[in-house]
Amino acid sequence: MSEPLRGVVVSHAALAQALVEAVARITGHAEGLVPVSNDGCSRDALEQRLADAVGGQPALVFVDLPSGSCLLASAKFARSHPDVAIVAGVNLAMLVDFLYHRDLSVHDAAARAVATGNRSVKALP
Amino acid sequence: MTDVLVRVDDRLVHGQVVVGWGQALGLRHIVLVDDAIQASPWEQDLYRMGVPSAMQIEFVSVADAATGFPRWSADAAHTILLLGSVDTLARLCAVAPVRRVNLGGIHQQPGRHEHLPYVFLTDEEADRLRALDRAGVEISAQDVPTRRAVPIEELLA
Repeated sequence: MSEPLRGVVVSHAALAQALVEAVARITGHAEGLVPVSNDGCSRDALEQRLADAVGGQPALVFVDLPSGSCLLASAKFARSHPDVAIVAGVNLAMLVDFLYHRDLSVHDAAARAVATGNRSVKALP
Repeated sequence: MTDVLVRVDDRLVHGQVVVGWGQALGLRHIVLVDDAIQASPWEQDLYRMGVPSAMQIEFVSVADAATGFPRWSADAAHTILLLGSVDTLARLCAVAPVRRVNLGGIHQQPGRHEHLPYVFLTDEEADRLRALDRAGVEISAQDVPTRRAVPIEELLA
């Protein structure tokens, strides 16, 4: 059996860290999830932080916004790493779900994260 | 007449530029001056994703910037030139009449010293900025419009 996917959460400021901590509060652990902040990083430095977090494993990268420095660094990294996919617009629901589906292929995991994330956004009366 | 603003920011197109400065200046036009990105359609597509539809982005080399500068100056109030390094700034200043420079984000790298939490410079970069200052270029550091602009004399004191 291949190694479970790693999830890397890339964000502005401390959002990634907070999301991973929230996942741990909900599920009891956040094994396989790694937070990366863009604080104090140039484009190249952020790409290096991302590479360190991925650690050569197949990985799904969750980015906070569908634009900006976090997405740019992630997209540049993924271009040369075919076993890395990106989902932009991370939310807590998709991270919690990801934790229980790390055995999927990276592209199936990305599609699942998008579907889960979309379903969790609702307007309530 | 307003001089067109030239910003040095190693993240290039990102939230502080598009949202922070975009709102404050009513930006309509971003000119990204970078030889490597000008030659990379794939990277250009990435940067376009970060720009709102009401804003136009143009990708040029430093050499192209020499001819484009008068056109951008004509709409200086709504235009910003984005550069990724002090080296690019110095090369641009050698070919275009740059008058106003904003240091918005030059982050930590080996050999650089901290001047502000978002401005780190090597001694050589600091010397190049001093030379531009002596040549009459108005330089200050300011990451977002709501913070105080720090003049170059104070930054390098």
